Amino acid sequence: MPVYHATRIVVVRHADGLHARPAEMVARQAMQYKSRVELVRDQRRIDARSILNILTLGAECGVQLIVEAEGDDADAAVEAIARLIESEFTTEAPSHEQRPCGDGG
Amino acid sequence: MQRLQGIAVSPGVAIGEAIVLDNEGFRIPRRFLTRHAVRNEIKRLEAAINESTAEVERSRVRIAAELGDDYASIFSAHAQMLNDPRLREELEELIRERHYSPEYAVSRVLRRYAKVFQALEGSTMAERASDIFDIEKRLLRRLLGQKREDLSRITSEVLVLARNLTPSETASINPKFVRAFATETGGPGSHTAIVAEGLGIPAVVGVGAFLAEVSGGETVIIDGDQGLVIVQPDEETLARYRHEVDHQRSLAVKLQELRDLPAETTDGVHVQMLGNIEFPSEVEHCLARGADGVGLYRTEFLYLTGGSEPTEDEHYEAYASVMKAMGDRPVVMRTLDLGADKLPHLPTPEDERNPFLGLRSIRLALKHVDMFRTQLRAMLRASVHGELKIMFPLVSTLIELRRAKMVLADAMEDLEEEGVPFDRNLKVGMMVEVPSAVLMMDHFVEEVDFFSIGTNDLIQYALAVDRSNKDVAGLYTAAEPAVIKLIQMSVDAANAGGKPISMCGQMSGNPLYTMLLLGLGLRALSATPAALPEVKRVCRSVSIKRCQKVAAHTLRLESARDVKNYLREELNRLLPDQPL
Repeated sequence: MPVYHATRIVVVRHADGLHARPAEMVARQAMQYKSRVELVRDQRRIDARSILNILTLGAECGVQLIVEAEGDDADAAVEAIARLIESEFTTEAPSHEQRPCGDGG
Repeated sequence: MQRLQGIAVSPGVAIGEAIVLDNEGFRIPRRFLTRHAVRNEIKRLEAAINESTAEVERSRVRIAAELGDDYASIFSAHAQMLNDPRLREELEELIRERHYSPEYAVSRVLRRYAKVFQALEGSTMAERASDIFDIEKRLLRRLLGQKREDLSRITSEVLVLARNLTPSETASINPKFVRAFATETGGPGSHTAIVAEGLGIPAVVGVGAFLAEVSGGETVIIDGDQGLVIVQPDEETLARYRHEVDHQRSLAVKLQELRDLPAETTDGVHVQMLGNIEFPSEVEHCLARGADGVGLYRTEFLYLTGGSEPTEDEHYEAYASVMKAMGDRPVVMRTLDLGADKLPHLPTPEDERNPFLGLRSIRLALKHVDMFRTQLRAMLRASVHGELKIMFPLVSTLIELRRAKMVLADAMEDLEEEGVPFDRNLKVGMMVEVPSAVLMMDHFVEEVDFFSIGTNDLIQYALAVDRSNKDVAGLYTAAEPAVIKLIQMSVDAANAGGKPISMCGQMSGNPLYTMLLLGLGLRALSATPAALPEVKRVCRSVSIKRCQKVAAHTLRLESARDVKNYLREELNRLLPDQPL
């Protein structure tokens, strides 16, 4: 059984950064996969299943993170979590009220 | 071991088990488990996590129904935190490997997270710390169940650590078991400081956020002389402080022997030793330390407990009990000395941007004359029980004093018409705590029977410094030459007008200043009862002639630092074993 490894660089798009609600969604999502999923900010590497550890990253809007996964569903895990972080944590398309940060508008 | 620096507000050293209060008095057992208890304790932790999660879930459903999903989302985040796999691993490891009790493990781990969040940039991130404290409380409630102890039920000796202590919290504390306080907020003159002084226990305030670093049950040292809080001290530090505590005890015994001796200087001048009190129950402390009377009875407590304005009878009960307990010793009662912000039953003033310069104290009393009259009537009624004197605080103009005296005269007339007895010769005085009052002393001496210098506010107004603001607290000191000059002017003017003057701020309870104050001509000092013996000891060891020399030299100095250094030297020469 091969072990897959997947990596993706993402930028936090949510206006408030990875605060309670987004961190919760990431942690929940990470728990869906068999792979071990980690988030890396600068030199800090944390378990993406842990909401508390996600919060300790203090990832404000615009911060760059690396999503890494290792396991047989690593690709799918990274894909899902990267999408979540980049999508401002909404299921709808961004509306005018929900401006992502840093677009100067 | 961690050393945290705060502001020393009540002297002495205490060593003991910490109890951390964050609005709920949890008492965390830091017991170490036996090996075979571990499995059950982990089960207990799991049960607490599961119950707490269910509780949070119920809140989420309820709030979602009432206010909508957005408001409820914080609860789902809390549930996720409770079930954080990493958190669980850490907790179980501490229980399994280190044999911590689950309560202690929860407190340790969560507080470490809270500390990380507090240090994060950006307010939304830092706010997460309060979520953590919330979860901690929830778990502790579950774990401790009915074993929770509130403040009034503490039954062994503890050191209380808190964000700040509210008047109601301090009132519920059993002084028999509380050995010291340390708080995150507050400055000299904060409620905590005053209460600690009244109880005669060490206290440090304004330490800054440190509760995340301590768990209940840990050994802590509170050093009220240096303003230090030492968490989990190492052996060497413990040994040093234990030695210090022993030394304190032997000094306390020495001071106790002075109790029934008069505060008389070596050249035969008598100094009146008076006590500052806040609660009627503190009269005991005054008597136990041989006070000649009460130089300042702060009446604010009546307004701060209970949600409504105290009735005349409630006032009277408190005042009469103090008078009866003091027998024939004089009692100076200060009328209401609070800001409008502290009184929930009054309308909030609109422009109160600067409470120290706003509607407070005598100004507030004169704006709410009915409330003021109620208090004055009660004081007058209590005056039949002994020698009661009434004192108006924060007087800044002559007109203010005259208005206050008119309200008092009105109250007297009313009582007379009603046939209610009171002491017609009752003395009326004022606090000297605003520089304008010092400058007008030659007029004030014509209109009052006595004065009392309130150094706490006098320093604040003379130096334009908010003593509760950590960034400028360093400027706030009685040793500033300008403050000493104001005191000298006040004493000279009172003496010239033949009116007695005392001092009732914190300065009068600090033995460092005793020689200076006697040298400036003060013959009555009112301080927190716990401080009286040390002050008395200085009085009994020195001559007025020497004090006058000390005062003359002090008045030539240019900075607070020079003044402090000089006074330290002098006190050290006089009493080498006196802690400075």
